[in-house]
Amino acid sequence: MNPRIHFHQAKWDEPIVFELSTKGERGILIGKVEKEIEELVGDGISVLPENMIRKNPPALPEISQMRVLKHYLRLSQQCLGADFNVDIGQGTCTMKYSPKVNEGLSRSGKVCELHPLQDESTVQGALEIMYRLGTFLEEISGMDTFTFQPGGGSSAILAMASIIRAFNDCNGNSKKDEIITTIFSHPSDAAAAAVKGYKVITLYPNEDGFVEVEALEKAVSNRTAGLLITNPEDTGIFNPLIAEFTKIVHDHGGLCGYDQANANGILGITRSREAGFDLCFFNLHKTFSAPHGCGGPAVGALGVKKELVHYLPVPIVGYDGEKYSLNYELPKTVGKVRGFYGVFPAILKAYAWIMSLGGEGLKEAANVAVLNNNYILKKVKEIRGASAPYAEGRHRIEQVRYSWDELTRETGVTTEDVTCRMADFGFHLWSSHHPWVVPQPFTIEPTESYSKEEIDEYIAGLKRVVEEAYTNPEKVKNAPYNSVVHKIDHSTLDDPEKWAITWRSYVKKYKISP
Amino acid sequence: MSPHKNEKVHPYIPNSAPETKVKMLEEIGVKSIDELYADIPESLRFKRELNLPEPLSSEYALKRHIEKILSKNQTCKENTSFLGGGCWQHYVPAICDEINQRSEFLTAYAGEPYEDHGRFQALFEYQSLMAELLDMDVVNVPTYDWCQAASTSIRMAVRITGCNRVLISDTVSPERVSAIKNYCEPIVTVQIVNHNPKTGLMDLEDLESKMSSGTACIYFENPSYLGFIESQGQSISDIAHENGALSVVGVDPTSLGVIIPPSNYGADITCGDIQGLGMHMNYGGGLAGFIATRDEKEFVMEFPSRLFGITKTAVEGEYGFGDVAYERTSFAGREEGKEFVGTAAALWGITAGVYLALMGPEGMQELGKTIMQKSQYAMKKLSEIEGVKAPFFDSPHFKEFTVDFNGTGMTIKDINKFLLDDRIFGGKDLSTEFPELENCALYCVTEMHTKEDMDHLVQAVKTCITQRGQHS
Repeated sequence: MNPRIHFHQAKWDEPIVFELSTKGERGILIGKVEKEIEELVGDGISVLPENMIRKNPPALPEISQMRVLKHYLRLSQQCLGADFNVDIGQGTCTMKYSPKVNEGLSRSGKVCELHPLQDESTVQGALEIMYRLGTFLEEISGMDTFTFQPGGGSSAILAMASIIRAFNDCNGNSKKDEIITTIFSHPSDAAAAAVKGYKVITLYPNEDGFVEVEALEKAVSNRTAGLLITNPEDTGIFNPLIAEFTKIVHDHGGLCGYDQANANGILGITRSREAGFDLCFFNLHKTFSAPHGCGGPAVGALGVKKELVHYLPVPIVGYDGEKYSLNYELPKTVGKVRGFYGVFPAILKAYAWIMSLGGEGLKEAANVAVLNNNYILKKVKEIRGASAPYAEGRHRIEQVRYSWDELTRETGVTTEDVTCRMADFGFHLWSSHHPWVVPQPFTIEPTESYSKEEIDEYIAGLKRVVEEAYTNPEKVKNAPYNSVVHKIDHSTLDDPEKWAITWRSYVKKYKISP
Repeated sequence: MSPHKNEKVHPYIPNSAPETKVKMLEEIGVKSIDELYADIPESLRFKRELNLPEPLSSEYALKRHIEKILSKNQTCKENTSFLGGGCWQHYVPAICDEINQRSEFLTAYAGEPYEDHGRFQALFEYQSLMAELLDMDVVNVPTYDWCQAASTSIRMAVRITGCNRVLISDTVSPERVSAIKNYCEPIVTVQIVNHNPKTGLMDLEDLESKMSSGTACIYFENPSYLGFIESQGQSISDIAHENGALSVVGVDPTSLGVIIPPSNYGADITCGDIQGLGMHMNYGGGLAGFIATRDEKEFVMEFPSRLFGITKTAVEGEYGFGDVAYERTSFAGREEGKEFVGTAAALWGITAGVYLALMGPEGMQELGKTIMQKSQYAMKKLSEIEGVKAPFFDSPHFKEFTVDFNGTGMTIKDINKFLLDDRIFGGKDLSTEFPELENCALYCVTEMHTKEDMDHLVQAVKTCITQRGQHS
């Protein structure tokens, strides 16, 4: 199999939207108010204090409707969403198929024209879907109650850290001021804990790729408020000692929060409850198929054991056998972490995805995600210059963090160079989260959504780039050639004198005539 | 060969096809998928099958099932809604939906600025369009919502000033105050500043008495949660600045065609929600937060969010984009980064960009003016009803306003129940959130409301009161 050597991504050379402005053009009209209204209240603006009236209208561009449409359609064509590429190069992010039927359902007026403060009797359908999805996730995780309020995985981590703090405060353990995490857990497990005032202790793996009990025992103390950990970690390695970890943390009076943003390899295989966790969350935009939308809107669905239900953000959805309702009566609630109840369209899509697969289908999704991953592991290890650090000879769960270290040492071609060249064949490859504990890293997570043939094509792309690296490294280092744009000059982006975060700033700093 | 041979092959899972599975297992060198899970100890294995409903394997059955549940909802389209309070019914131009359902944007995520050039440009343009509306030079890639935008703005002020006490106006949305307090706890102390009971405006004496050298910022909103316009913005900012504190202002961007942006009355950080700029309400799922500052290093370096910047490429005249000052983020520095960054609400940012590009300067002016006119009409007409007064506060309002029903002898709950029977969603009951506003409701009128809609409301309220009079 060969990669698409004649590929070229759409390149429209599209100007910045401000450059499309022609004085007097209109994109959409608002419509005039009724005559009777104007007669009664006048222009509506003169009631404002003089000092509050905006005299100069905002300097937005003036563009006719079709041109606006064309502009954004052209920009859209300059993106490679999961619907276009073999999107397995963005490890940890579970770029699976987001079924179109679910998207269509979420665009119904019965979803998008709902106001969150409507009387409960008028939103029984929405509440039913939230309640039912909650019960599904309870079964999948073994937790007792879920909320969909957090607006993403990091927001769910913040909510977990908030609950851990509130729990300790309520139990007279305010001195507990440390959170333990691991270096291959998501950066936000450390960062969101720090927002809640915690000192963060980060543990590192042994050569088998997981943190040892001894390392945890050294870190844990009566100051330990909790553990926030991913498992399998970003390496795709499942820490088999996890139940011992949660026990040790519990023995020191801490709580255990499971970052299951990505749980795609273990649906129906192993659960949060059996591993001893008190809290966990799932990203509905990862494992449960809601689309990523260039980075949200999203949901970090947060579940807790019954001992912690009273600490959840309010409200949670209740059901009395007849009616669904919003329950604000949680005496120890941490309050709100986001407005209202969560991103309902994402909740609906996750519900629909589970309903289309059932329990057996969910397990099959996990099984095939793991099958695909280990197939790729076998293939990547055959590629010259690539390696899979840790756990030599063992299988991985849903992803692998690989390394181009040898390639870089032998050819000077770095992981960043490879990602740029992969774009020339219509592929996306991500380096990895920082810090780069694995040198020159890249992380591949195939999910269950891509066929063997597509996976083979991706592997062929990697092989092709490596072949070039050994024969003509400059070719790789100067890539991309067939993507939307060419090698980007990053030097201006870290310089306060030169960075331009908005067009108006660019016009000022670079003296562009408007 | 059994006709049901491929029964378990799911259309979303290509390699569930048995022949493929066998090939791949052979390639890996294992006999079964179960062997691949060798690292998961037996004691942690889930022993039974997941107890979930039988799958609806046909797309048609799935649709039928979900549409049936959704049909239990009554929408703001099928009824006339006067609800606001953090989520608003504005007109969504067709092109906004056309763009945000494009597969390219909908299913993109974290590509590089090469293959995802369009995502970077669209979000850079969103930042730039918002910057014009706000008259500030730096705007972030959207965060979750206004709750988060306000919380982060406040934590930014804390880091910039090195002070850990913040003041918040008591007319900020209680939901937002709750989120801010949780986000500040236990690093930052939050203290509340009172309002003038007659006008709703901030009590400047109270502000001055609470302001000290340890104060990081004052946070207030304009228009306030209760709809009135805070006309003392400059005085508030001056008091903050005299004490070395920052002025942080939450603002409704739909007001900025007619009302000056906070940067024009001294705001150092501006934040708010873009839901009203082209997003459907989505039961609260349309929210997305923005944060804006001046282009000064000490501000820019405190953003936790991604900030997309424009730059050049190896080819003369070609625009490129990338992350500005990436090292400040938690992606780069984990707990050493500024707060945290992750998936939030980028697609709504792109959509708000489309909205502002369509609206242009005149569109935003017309929008603001129309909302001012219509909401004033509603207030006037409601006030003509005996026992009803709108607004409660003696100040100009934008879009939202308090309606005082105390003179009717009825509770908001009873009135709203009556209105609901007449297919009207009455305003939000403020009785529990603000003790002084017992039997008051928060009404919202936008460009969507016709004279007929408002007259219908007025008529229904009249009928409700009359019927009550007859029964009592």
